[in-house]
Amino acid sequence: MKKYECTVCGFVYDEAKGMPDHGIDPGTLWENVPADWECPDCGVSKAEFEMVEA
Amino acid sequence: MRPTVIIGTGLAGYTLAKELRRLQWQGPLVLVTEDEGQFYSKPMLSGALAKKKDVAALTMASAEKMAADLDAQILTQSQVTAIDTQEKQLTINGQKQPYDKLVLAIGSFPIRLPLTGSGAEEVVSVNNLTDYGHFLNRLEKAHHVAIIGPGLIGSEFANDLLLSGRQVTMIGPDKWPINTLIPEEIGRAVQKTLAEKGATWHLETFNGPIEKETKGYSTVLKSGVKVEADLILSAVGVRPTVELAKKAGVEVNRGIVTDSFLKTSVDSLYALGDCAEVAGRNLPFIAPLMIQAKALAKTLAGTETEVVYPAMPVVIKTTLYPVVTQPPPMGAQGAWRIDATDKGIIGRFYNKEDKLIGFALGGEATDQKAALTKELE
Ligand SMILES: Cc1cc2nc3c(=O)[nH]c(=O)nc-3n(C[C@H](O)[C@H](O)[C@H](O)COP(=O)(O)OP(=O)(O)OC[C@H]3O[C@@H](n4cnc5c(N)ncnc54)[C@H](O)[C@@H]3O)c2cc1C
Ligand SMILES: [Zn+2]
Repeated sequence: MKKYECTVCGFVYDEAKGMPDHGIDPGTLWENVPADWECPDCGVSKAEFEMVEA
Repeated sequence: MRPTVIIGTGLAGYTLAKELRRLQWQGPLVLVTEDEGQFYSKPMLSGALAKKKDVAALTMASAEKMAADLDAQILTQSQVTAIDTQEKQLTINGQKQPYDKLVLAIGSFPIRLPLTGSGAEEVVSVNNLTDYGHFLNRLEKAHHVAIIGPGLIGSEFANDLLLSGRQVTMIGPDKWPINTLIPEEIGRAVQKTLAEKGATWHLETFNGPIEKETKGYSTVLKSGVKVEADLILSAVGVRPTVELAKKAGVEVNRGIVTDSFLKTSVDSLYALGDCAEVAGRNLPFIAPLMIQAKALAKTLAGTETEVVYPAMPVVIKTTLYPVVTQPPPMGAQGAWRIDATDKGIIGRFYNKEDKLIGFALGGEATDQKAALTKELE
């Protein structure tokens, strides 16, 4: 499972945890997070995230 | 064909440009900036010391790279000194730059207190990547930093300085940290946690003249206490940049006045980001700026789109004691109700009709952000 960080605000998406509050189940791989998903903290597009740790 | 011109390459200017291209808008595009035009994220500046990030590490892309990616011309080190709204052209370094549509994304600048004393000129503030570079240079020889302004940005820098092993002293008239955005209970928790990590707080008092010492600086507070530090950082807030617009006859108030479509009082002229006062509100944060950029891109690409904000809680990066806040609207009447447990603090702000109109979360309770946002809606 990997983690992806928002390059604008630092929010981290953790594949293992998902985002159940936003309808993304734990274990959801980054590639399966919808393309129109936005950072829950700052609102930037999914494209502005980078992988931080494997 | 006259280009669409964006003044400013902060997050507002660059996000707008990216969104325009994402919408397949193919018109000619020019971005103008008085700095180097690197793409970077300003919020990262107050968390970069602990992550050991220097200017190069914070630079996500150079102006050249951005120009290529955006299929745009980017004029760096180019200060716009005048806008001729009749002829639709800008003055940049004595040259004329015509525009078809013009977007002001000129940001905000740090408020400077009228400081006196032999060291007043050497007080630093950090509001862009260049400032951050200077700050890092100064920190090479500074272990103890005094921060004037215990608000959001001052507290974030305090947090970051502490995490990077430095000593911090906070000074300001406020009763508790970040007092304009969070209730006292959460502010006190921030204060206490940072104090445990070594911060000294001098609240409800003002700094005096800033005097240069053989090593560092000193100031005698109104309370009589003398504070000595190697470096003094001022973080007393920002103000929208409006002069350029004002000189051009564009209506300004606190910020550059726009309607909910980001149109200013002058035809073909728009504003967004920290400089803009959109439908009566100046919101110098990332989330509103992103929503504005997406709406304006659609409008400029041909589909008039209004700015509509959802709840936009602000995440405060005092990572030692994290805080999330959705403050009640300015001037709202009502009161906070606080639930404090060992898992953190939840504050809810109710108006006179007993309706929830704001919240603030501290500590582990910050994981309730989505739930509280739902409660609000
Ligand atoms: C330390 C710090 C931490 C922050 N943390 C957060 C946070 O965690 N969350 C959050 O939501 N917000 C945060 N903010 C606020 C957020 O960073 C700003 O709201 C946002 O970056 C503003 O972007 P902008 O593009 O509107 O303005 P700016 O980034 O200020 O950009 C203005 C641009 O205009 C150009 N310009 C200005 N005048 C001229 C001229 N006359 N000619 C040519 N160019 C000109 C400048 O060169 C620059 O490129 C923080 C701010 C600071 C300072
Ligand atoms: Zn983000």
